[in-house]
Amino acid sequence: MDKSNTYNDTVVRQFTIMTVVWGVVGFLMGVIIAAQLRWPDLTAGISWLSYGRLRPLHTNAVIFAFGGSAIFACSYYIVQRTCHVRLFAEKLAAFTFWGWQVVILLAAITLPLGLTQGKEYAELEWPIDLLIAVVWVSYGIVFFGTIVKRRIKHIYVANWFFGAFIITVAVLHIVNSLAIPVDATKSYSAYPGVIDAMVQWWYGHNAVGFFLTAAFLGMMYYFVPKQAGRPVYSYRLSVVHFWALISIYMWAGPHHLHYTTLPDWAQSLGMVFSLILLAPSWGGMINGMMTLSGAWHKLRTDPILKFMIVSLSFYGMSTFEGPMMSIKTVNALSHYTDWTIGHVHSGALGWVAMITMGCVYALVPKLWGKERMYSIRLIDIHFWIATIGIVLYIAAMWMAGVMQGLMWRAVNADGTLTYSFMESIKQTYPFYTVRFLGGVMFLVGMLIMTYNVFKTIGSGKSVQAQPVPQSA
Amino acid sequence: MDMNTFRGLMTAVLILLFLGIVVWAWSSKRKPDFDEAAMLPLEDEEQEIGTGGLAK
Repeated sequence: MDKSNTYNDTVVRQFTIMTVVWGVVGFLMGVIIAAQLRWPDLTAGISWLSYGRLRPLHTNAVIFAFGGSAIFACSYYIVQRTCHVRLFAEKLAAFTFWGWQVVILLAAITLPLGLTQGKEYAELEWPIDLLIAVVWVSYGIVFFGTIVKRRIKHIYVANWFFGAFIITVAVLHIVNSLAIPVDATKSYSAYPGVIDAMVQWWYGHNAVGFFLTAAFLGMMYYFVPKQAGRPVYSYRLSVVHFWALISIYMWAGPHHLHYTTLPDWAQSLGMVFSLILLAPSWGGMINGMMTLSGAWHKLRTDPILKFMIVSLSFYGMSTFEGPMMSIKTVNALSHYTDWTIGHVHSGALGWVAMITMGCVYALVPKLWGKERMYSIRLIDIHFWIATIGIVLYIAAMWMAGVMQGLMWRAVNADGTLTYSFMESIKQTYPFYTVRFLGGVMFLVGMLIMTYNVFKTIGSGKSVQAQPVPQSA
Repeated sequence: MDMNTFRGLMTAVLILLFLGIVVWAWSSKRKPDFDEAAMLPLEDEEQEIGTGGLAK
């Protein structure tokens, strides 16, 4: 068969495998730094393994390596299937895979060495930033090139989410990474003082809004209807909440800078936009959940659907919690406490990782020409271990955070602080133990998934390229 | 123009834009197209019914 009449699934398969591999690595890093917080002498003072260097390695591995690979895989799969064409620019697509993996390897080398720009979620030094920019622009060319040559008139809503995500992340990354290099491994931000902080959190929050939300909503809008076997609940709602979501997220960043030297009006603006965000976020959550209306019984027998629906529940929960925490009076209690860590992980483990796992379980048999995953039972076990792990994790961090906030603000009658900072750390230890256990469970679930995925791939006949449907 | 008048006008324009999107999305003229688009994730299972009428 002519190659142009088949889908390019090679690059999708490569990214899918790396999603699983980086998932294990990223969650393992998380478990290690969680253990370091509980047992601070764990790594015997070796600077390469210190918390401050491994923590950015954990965040980069889970967001950009695990999450990023999943997004590449799913967006390349979805854009071909919903446009009825083979992926545009074969070689460039292959370059995005190898380029992205090189970025991840460079991160894994430079971060433990302590080479960092010191910006959260944008730690990588300027030469790596340049490579990211080149890979990202290539990604845009491949994705939008495929959209341009599509053979379906309508651009499916998932592709709108991916498109917005690709454009926005390019802008965010390039603007926030502007820096003046001193030498090959050291640079200084192009922005001064509080402007630098605002640019950083404009980047940081939109990394959440577009990388960790819009892109995964794109995955959700394809795989939830597919797995449920029915079209999305309301296509109209998907259009309206898309435009509302992408235009409002842009302004929510200042809530990371409450009670700092950022002008007060900018803090309030960030808070108001964060509150409004509840509406479009829940638009997506409701739309995904209601897709199952009339098919709820499928949850009993299909653990992949369970992953997806629980991920949407966590998405709804964390997008309620986020606006609430952005209220300045609530933030006065929650800021700098482990409550924030709990909130982030309810989104990151509950929403991003769970929807990714659901999508990968749905994708792997299709990509390798199998009828189903090697073991449905193991998917179910993974689901329960992961879910209980998340609940342990976030409940521990909520309690720890509220306790810390209350201890830090407690004052004696004469105005002195009731507790020293160390006392609050000591009280947090039991919660750090529970969080560690939750993290271990989540990692064990990922290892089960890895076994299941490789068993599925390894069994039976080899893969045939899937044909593009030919219209009359 | 006073900066605050401009900001007020911008807010009004953006609200109208949003309402415009809502009206557009819910207009009955869009419904057949949206219904067709919503079926896109489901069709590659049954290709014979999927592609009919969807081609450009």
